[in-house]
Amino acid sequence: MTTKFTPEHEYIRVEGSTGIVGITPYAQEQLGDIVFVELPQVGQQLSKGAEAAVVESVKAASEIYAPVSGVVTEVNPALAGQPGLINSDPEAEGWLFKLTIADAAELQTLLDADGYAELTL
Amino acid sequence: MAQGPAETLKTTPLFERHLAASGRMVPFGGYNLPVQYPLGIMAEHKWTREQAGLFDVSHMGPSFLRLNQPSGDAEADHADISAVIEPLVCGDIAGLRRGQIRYTILLNDQGGALDDLMIARSPSSGGELYIVVNAGTKDADFARIEAAAGDRATLIRADGDHALLALQGPAAVAVLGTLVPGVTDLGFMTHAAFPWAAGQILVARSGYTGEDGFEILVPSADAPALWDQLLTDERVKPIGLGARDSLRLEAGLPLYGHDLDPGISPIEAGLGFAVSKRRREAGDFPGAARILAEREGQLSRVRVGLLVEGAPAREGAEILDASGAAIGVITSGGFAPSLGKAIALGFVPPAHAAIGTRLQVAVRGRAQPAEVVPTPFVPHRYFRQAKAS
Repeated sequence: MTTKFTPEHEYIRVEGSTGIVGITPYAQEQLGDIVFVELPQVGQQLSKGAEAAVVESVKAASEIYAPVSGVVTEVNPALAGQPGLINSDPEAEGWLFKLTIADAAELQTLLDADGYAELTL
Repeated sequence: MAQGPAETLKTTPLFERHLAASGRMVPFGGYNLPVQYPLGIMAEHKWTREQAGLFDVSHMGPSFLRLNQPSGDAEADHADISAVIEPLVCGDIAGLRRGQIRYTILLNDQGGALDDLMIARSPSSGGELYIVVNAGTKDADFARIEAAAGDRATLIRADGDHALLALQGPAAVAVLGTLVPGVTDLGFMTHAAFPWAAGQILVARSGYTGEDGFEILVPSADAPALWDQLLTDERVKPIGLGARDSLRLEAGLPLYGHDLDPGISPIEAGLGFAVSKRRREAGDFPGAARILAEREGQLSRVRVGLLVEGAPAREGAEILDASGAAIGVITSGGFAPSLGKAIALGFVPPAHAAIGTRLQVAVRGRAQPAEVVPTPFVPHRYFRQAKAS
């Protein structure tokens, strides 16, 4: 299982041909308490870098971009009632959406864990 | 995020304290101030509503306006100093009792708001007013007041050599009362001086959160020790600008530069109470013709409170009527931690302003339901002295 990162602080955990997308612990820390989440539609076609979701903290709205291209297969149903899961457990229960990875080569353009860690030092 | 070079930002006397408490520093009104501490905006907000929050509001503009040649007759001197400031504002300053504070509006000739501010009559000296204005407008405000004063009075800025702290919340009176016993006797919207360290502090029973509490003017040199001493009480936590904003929004209080600006009159902004009766009857304030006409109902827009379903509608979002036509704009909006819902302030034509009116707000190109509700969104809990029977 591989996890890749964008410089915009999204992660994508790769499980076969599916990618699970969320925001990193660093990003949730920077945003503060998340109070509302807008998720993509299941079936929606996303291209790499396109706006996929919006997370709102008390103070501001932040756009979440698709780390790679693909079709949304599932969104996290728990977030509608508990957006704070993104703060408390960003990498597991606080995931945002899943998508089928259209082009595995796009993953190579993303940061690995070490590269991302360097970015957020 | 728009921000100037860090070196141009001013710091307050509590800057080191904010760093030590791991405050997340941001530029605000030309100052480097904490938007939040590690506790986070949501918990800081709730703590203030339940216990007591300590805020550094030293970026604001405290000042004193003093008569140059007082007669020594306290009442005559108060009338004279009031005559200096009243032509700039719509509040009754002459009618203030000693120590009393009034919220008022600095107006341009068109009746638009140049600032909202507090003006207080000195508790002790005749011919002296304590004036606190907003950070972003303070230089312009002070210049305007000085020009009006001419050689009759002198404006002494207190923002360079003082800190201004706000202690807000239901536990504030018990906390400050242990350090300064006299403050428990202060009525809402009054102030007094108390001995502190080698000098004195000025304590006002006022604030901008909707809670009981105090605003304390303290000399810069004594400020860190007072900050530390207040924080030794376990009922007190330091609170950043983020929660200060969500608290004032829940309290339905306008934020200058957002819900009030030079084009907006006090009547449009729902601040008719700030146009004092005596001034209204005399019609002797800037923009009186417009403001008095608006008071009689000649209004094209009024400020409303909105309860928003779904995503928070932020400043700049359009307000739509039930059919989807644009009728106004949000001037402040966000999430209300005490309510668990999105709330907003905005301006709409009076025909759409009745409580219960169903409207919509446009967020990211989609219309979301919103309803006009009374403000404050969360009831004020100011200290009210029991009336003598």
